[in-house]
Amino acid sequence: MSEVQTSKQLLDHYAGQVYADAAAAKAAGTPVGWSTAIAPQEFFETMGLPLVYPENHSAVISARKRALGFLERAEAYGYHADICGYMRVNFGYLLEGAKGDADVPPAPVPDFVVCCNNYCTMIVKWYENLAKELGIPVFMIDMPYNPEGVVDEPRVRYIRAQFDRLVGQLEDLTGRPFDRDRFREVMEVSRENVRLWKRAFEIVSHVPSPANGFDFYNYLTLMVFMRGRPETTEVLRLWIREMEGKIARGEGPFRDAQERFRVMFDGIACWPQLAHTAKVFRSHGINITGSNYPDGWAVQYETGDLEGMARAYASVANNMSLERQVAKRVEIIRQGRCDGAVYHMNRSCKVMDFLTYEAQRRVFEETGAPYITFDGDQADPRVFVAAQFDTRVQALVEMMEARKGDGR
Amino acid sequence: MTERMRIEAILRELFEVAARPGVSVAKRAKRGKPLVGVLPYYAPEEIVHATGMLPVGVWGGTADISKANHYFPPFACPLVKSALELAIRGVYDGLAAMMVPCLCESLTFFGQNFRAARPDIPFVPVVHPQNRRSPEGVAYLRAEYQKVQARLEAIAGRKIAPGDLDSAIGIFNDHRRALRAFLEEAPRHPSLVLPGVRHAVVKSSYFMDRAEHAALVGELTRHLKGIPEGESGRGKKVVVTGIMAEPEGLMGLFEDVGLDVVADDLAQESRAFRTDVPDGGDPLERLARRWSLVEGCSLAFDPGKERNRILLELVRRSGARGLVVLMMQFCDPEEMDYPLYRKDFDAAGIPVLHLETEPRMSLEQARTRLQSFAEMI
Ligand code: SF4
Ligand code: SF4
Repeated sequence: MSEVQTSKQLLDHYAGQVYADAAAAKAAGTPVGWSTAIAPQEFFETMGLPLVYPENHSAVISARKRALGFLERAEAYGYHADICGYMRVNFGYLLEGAKGDADVPPAPVPDFVVCCNNYCTMIVKWYENLAKELGIPVFMIDMPYNPEGVVDEPRVRYIRAQFDRLVGQLEDLTGRPFDRDRFREVMEVSRENVRLWKRAFEIVSHVPSPANGFDFYNYLTLMVFMRGRPETTEVLRLWIREMEGKIARGEGPFRDAQERFRVMFDGIACWPQLAHTAKVFRSHGINITGSNYPDGWAVQYETGDLEGMARAYASVANNMSLERQVAKRVEIIRQGRCDGAVYHMNRSCKVMDFLTYEAQRRVFEETGAPYITFDGDQADPRVFVAAQFDTRVQALVEMMEARKGDGR
Repeated sequence: MTERMRIEAILRELFEVAARPGVSVAKRAKRGKPLVGVLPYYAPEEIVHATGMLPVGVWGGTADISKANHYFPPFACPLVKSALELAIRGVYDGLAAMMVPCLCESLTFFGQNFRAARPDIPFVPVVHPQNRRSPEGVAYLRAEYQKVQARLEAIAGRKIAPGDLDSAIGIFNDHRRALRAFLEEAPRHPSLVLPGVRHAVVKSSYFMDRAEHAALVGELTRHLKGIPEGESGRGKKVVVTGIMAEPEGLMGLFEDVGLDVVADDLAQESRAFRTDVPDGGDPLERLARRWSLVEGCSLAFDPGKERNRILLELVRRSGARGLVVLMMQFCDPEEMDYPLYRKDFDAAGIPVLHLETEPRMSLEQARTRLQSFAEMI
């Protein structure tokens, strides 16, 4: 890259590349995998096995308003419209022949799949079906749920043993030995990227915030796709520098509006209506300065520490008890200095919703930050009702105003 | 008493238990046994038994949902929503503990919501591994069961004595065998063991002591073997699959439209006792190895989708003319399996009826659909 680029341009560049790179690798004879979004990619990165992330793929398709055709295709095949929209888009894409176009990234059909269930149980079924339908192996990395908020020793041993088994399986798949030095390098890069990712959260918390609305959800692509690569380090460093520059210049998130309110956005973005939700937020001067969702990729461990790595991956918030999920949200609201919270009741994602009501009551009790809930979906455009969203946001604004007026 | 009278007496008794589990359970509680609620699926109930407590199945019900809406959005499965509703309303107040496996999102978060809503009832979670056939998976589950054992011992106020767990395993394995033998024999008596009766015999086991239930079912099967086969050829044979044959009245529709259930692949019925606890090794490990042996269940990681083959074989072996899918509303695991086995059934030319079930479903609509299916096959 010769000319000076912004982090957003670099992000778009790399994000635009990932599918083409995977397709090129596949064409050159390298096995390509499809993976769940928070799997220990370190092993695959070390082996030079490219991974594509169907959830990201479905999100892109949904944001570009192309989900409906795929959803209907999968439903006609027998997948109930109540099940995960990402999954339905993904099977719809496969059933349509896995072809890319201007809006649909060309994800190559995988040679193997990687399933880590540390944030979703349904996903095991999704990957089971992929393996069966495509006749390919599935690498299952099982991270049992932690109902009491502790990853106990038997769990760590179990996960650690699966890591060891995985190494052997990858050696068999590629016919090459697992390079421990390279593994340490990848761990080191991943660790640095996670550190930067956490650092970005801190910077976003500045008042006014230098980050705008759903920024985190955009940069997340890198954390999903390239958490173990130096390119991500490059983009995150640049993004952080840009944000620091904005802070130094006293600039807020919006060019055309003040940051009046700061909120936590809970759950996955409502991709099919991203533009609408962002516009409504901006019209009220609402900025998103915290979210439990991007936080999921802040998987922290020490280089070389496989037990620590097991514990970190198993501790993703969705895999944790109610209390831990509440504590995480309270931390996010405090760190992001949020005035309120917006909970996305994501119609086809049960894991994001089944604790929401109790969690939001408890989070409110601890923070006093008012909240609203709206109905939407991460992929299915048929769920969201603009009028409901608009009125609820209006109500939230009034609650936040009243609370600010109280001179809290 | 003639064989036939004895058969009818046993069936009446079990039918009563299945129809009014609360009464049966209360009777047992009076005998001084602490009760432990057990959510589905594959919970190590043998451990409960070995501590001298009675495991009681918690499979929800038909209660109107109001209080549970405080915790679950409308699209949670009716099983966990109604179980939570009943818990909040106090129906499970007498329980010494609630054991909750976490094999799907609904159950996992039922556990957390239950703990929030009823902190006064001890919560005993069980989290099964999905890499269940590897040694590390078995070792992990053994450790998880050990934790469960320690909890239950603390609740019961007594340690499991050496040998107690092995003998509990023996009782449960005998019970599984007794139920399998009954279900083998039942299709020979279609006018006696009607679909609703068949369901009640199995369902009643969740609300009785297993040894007692095994004895009754064993006696029932012996008597059935002693009488001539019932007239056949009246009803058309089908297999049912899904989570459970509920709500009440659903199985009666099968009878009304002339469908005989000759075999089932329901999680509450055959899947629950298809797999015995294997021999050899210490009892907790044996219990953990049972989970490695489970096959063809939507809740157990099954990358080869053995379920497709098992289901197809079940239909063929039982001489059924079709498959009725009782699809529990909002049940991700079952909904995810459906398109794949459906494809195999279509390819084999075996008719399939997909019927979505929930506690307040319209039985009239279901009757119409079952009726046309019965006419078609
Ligand atoms: S159900 Fe939710 S968490 Fe699971 S894959 Fe779908 S969107 Fe992701
Ligand atoms: S398996 Fe299905 S019916 Fe059973 S608890 Fe889970 S979602 Fe509900």
